[in-house]
Amino acid sequence: MVSPEAKAKAAAGAPAIDAGSAEETVSCRWPLLVLFLGAAGWLVAGSLLGLLASIKFHSPMFLAEPAWLTYGRVKAASAALLVYGFCVPTALGVGLWLMSRLGRVALAGPVVAGFGGGLLHAGVAVGLVGVLRGDGTGFLHLEFPAGAAGLVFLGYLLLGTVGVLTLYRRREARMEAAQWFVLAGLFWFGWIYSTANLCLLVFPVRGVAQAAINYWHTGNLLGVWMGLMGLGTVFALLPRLAGREPGREYVAMFVFWVLLLFGSWTGIPATAPLPAWMPALSTVGTVLSGLGVLGVAVIVHQTLAGRYGSVWRDERLRFLGLGVAAYVVGGVMQVVEALSGRSWMLHFTWFTAAREWMQVYGYLALVMFGTVYAIVPALVGVDWWSRRFLRLHFWLAGAGLLFVAAPLAAGGVVEAARLLNPALGFVEVSRGTLMFLRLSTIGELLILAGNGLFFVNLAGTVAGICRRALADALRRWGAETTGEGAAA
Amino acid sequence: MRHGALVYLGAFFALALSWTGFVLTPQMQVGQMVATNTVPAGARYPVARPGLAQQGLQVYRANGCAYCHSQQVWQQGTVFDVMLTDGGTNQPGVVAALQAVMPRLSRPEALQLLEGLPKPVLRGVSREEAESAVKKLTTSGAKATLWIEAVGPDLARGWGKRRSVPEDFLYDYPVLLGAQRVGPDLADVGVRQPDVGWHLRHLYAPASVVTGSVMPGYPYLFEKRRVVGAGSADALALSGDHAPEVGYEVVPKPEAKALAAYLVSLRADAPLFTAPFSVGASGGPAAPATNAAPTAGGGVP
Repeated sequence: MVSPEAKAKAAAGAPAIDAGSAEETVSCRWPLLVLFLGAAGWLVAGSLLGLLASIKFHSPMFLAEPAWLTYGRVKAASAALLVYGFCVPTALGVGLWLMSRLGRVALAGPVVAGFGGGLLHAGVAVGLVGVLRGDGTGFLHLEFPAGAAGLVFLGYLLLGTVGVLTLYRRREARMEAAQWFVLAGLFWFGWIYSTANLCLLVFPVRGVAQAAINYWHTGNLLGVWMGLMGLGTVFALLPRLAGREPGREYVAMFVFWVLLLFGSWTGIPATAPLPAWMPALSTVGTVLSGLGVLGVAVIVHQTLAGRYGSVWRDERLRFLGLGVAAYVVGGVMQVVEALSGRSWMLHFTWFTAAREWMQVYGYLALVMFGTVYAIVPALVGVDWWSRRFLRLHFWLAGAGLLFVAAPLAAGGVVEAARLLNPALGFVEVSRGTLMFLRLSTIGELLILAGNGLFFVNLAGTVAGICRRALADALRRWGAETTGEGAAA
Repeated sequence: MRHGALVYLGAFFALALSWTGFVLTPQMQVGQMVATNTVPAGARYPVARPGLAQQGLQVYRANGCAYCHSQQVWQQGTVFDVMLTDGGTNQPGVVAALQAVMPRLSRPEALQLLEGLPKPVLRGVSREEAESAVKKLTTSGAKATLWIEAVGPDLARGWGKRRSVPEDFLYDYPVLLGAQRVGPDLADVGVRQPDVGWHLRHLYAPASVVTGSVMPGYPYLFEKRRVVGAGSADALALSGDHAPEVGYEVVPKPEAKALAAYLVSLRADAPLFTAPFSVGASGGPAAPATNAAPTAGGGVP
């Protein structure tokens, strides 16, 4: 089943992602570095704000002033930075890279892509200031005010266009699973983000129709869009890095259609004051989209069967492997949450927060870390600034995820049980979760440290190639002047 | 799959389907909703919040209150009570009917029950049971009415009289239902705690009114200033650790006043056709003084 080349590659130790043609590499280099570097910066800022929010559960009056550091604002800012500051630009950058590498063609319009990345980051900056000033929208996962969201959308539009054009110009006619996933993901984000912002901020709809659109956007963003971008990346990189044949294509196709058809109906809790058919349909959608989680487990097993050890030996594969595991756990948690809605109301508790950590950080961010670690050396032609930081980042991220998600999930179950007991005062219910919340602060601290290492490592690597380019330019200039002097 | 266009079309139709279901249809169904009436009082519901409360909603949004507070009361079901309001003149018949309705009731107990009406005969039963009991009692010459009661853990906690319904949010922008209950649900907080002064003290220093509260304070919505003359009429009545130094007072800024006005405007206590309950039903002893059908009304803010 395994081709001889793949065997040889695997035998040669950690196989590299092959760099592609020089043309492909050069076209991807700067747009992707703009996206990744900015994203890593937002990630650190976001996890710092998240840590601040978490510390407020140790002492409610901690930084109660000034206004911009109040819990509701830093929490909103930290959520927005993780999703729109880190996940969106990194996933779009990785998506563009996949379109170029798998299609064996240079990126169409690298300058446009770089500009799009700049706009996206500018939108995030404006949005961050807006949320902290008190101009946040209050809508979950749509925190940025309209102007900032407009900039983010414009940036996305440029990047998405470049992605689609690159796919269109591909030299390899056959499309891999990763390409369908990324193509659908590029399309998906544009539709959900524009609909949500137009219907909630620009031409707001009436009453609880706002809530319906907010739920719909969140379900599609976390479930479908993140699913498409991350799984596409995993399906492309896992077999290549592990030196194995990819899993069966029809399983990937199954996962794809399950995500598209059922994943797009998730996100409305049973308690929402909406017509009853909506939460009911949403619960059905969530349970059915659990089938996709099974498909992912099957495909990963088909790829890695018998050689799970190889995942462990390669840091990049460790990130991808843990990311996929978090995807499976997060998917199961979502099904449990949806099914419990009418009796246990788990969705009102910290269990939801644990599930979102699994889906956003545990799954998408970890997959993106692994991918960025895999592709940046090929892009810039040098290895990472610090291999030790890379290894340490994995441990910090993994331990951080465990320390955040496990206490929050356990705390959520305890909270749900207490919420059902009306004899227990609410203060006791909320105080009962404090121990779990305080444990999760440790996790957030570890995650912040890991994210910091990621940023420093990426910045160090980019600074290294900038210094080299500068030195080259100086040497050339020096040679020219001495040449001219000799000629004179 | 070889064709990008096919993938694109597939994604288009899948998302169009979901968009039609969860964006377009709710917009046609609840987005076009108009005001309704309370049942049976017939008062208009909802009424727009006062201007100050509408400003308060913007303070609620700006400070991310919805990250900790939900505004969606959950109702697990509806149960029915049978209230005996008048014993009538046919005492033996009524006692027999009572014993038919409540098989464990002895004759002396039934006679005792007929003293000091109105009293609940059956509580928390299904609609069919309640209706058949009312029929039996009415046939025997007594007067009995059916009371509707919404039940569920949230309602038992006193977080409202019924579930939240779309009408509650008809005139709000933004509608912030919240996702998590780090703090209590606020859909009905104006009924639980109608005192604006309490809300202001709570916003300034939550622990001053709720022992053990994990909520952060919002001192930036207030101004601590030197007392001039008789002091401000708005100054908070704080005591103990939370009181300012002697000679100083804590006065709410306009944002704090608006937020408190918004909080007291949050009420989920209007009985509606889609979420009915009988006013006073859960009160038990607080039964109406007359034997007329229970009236609904007071719910309109």
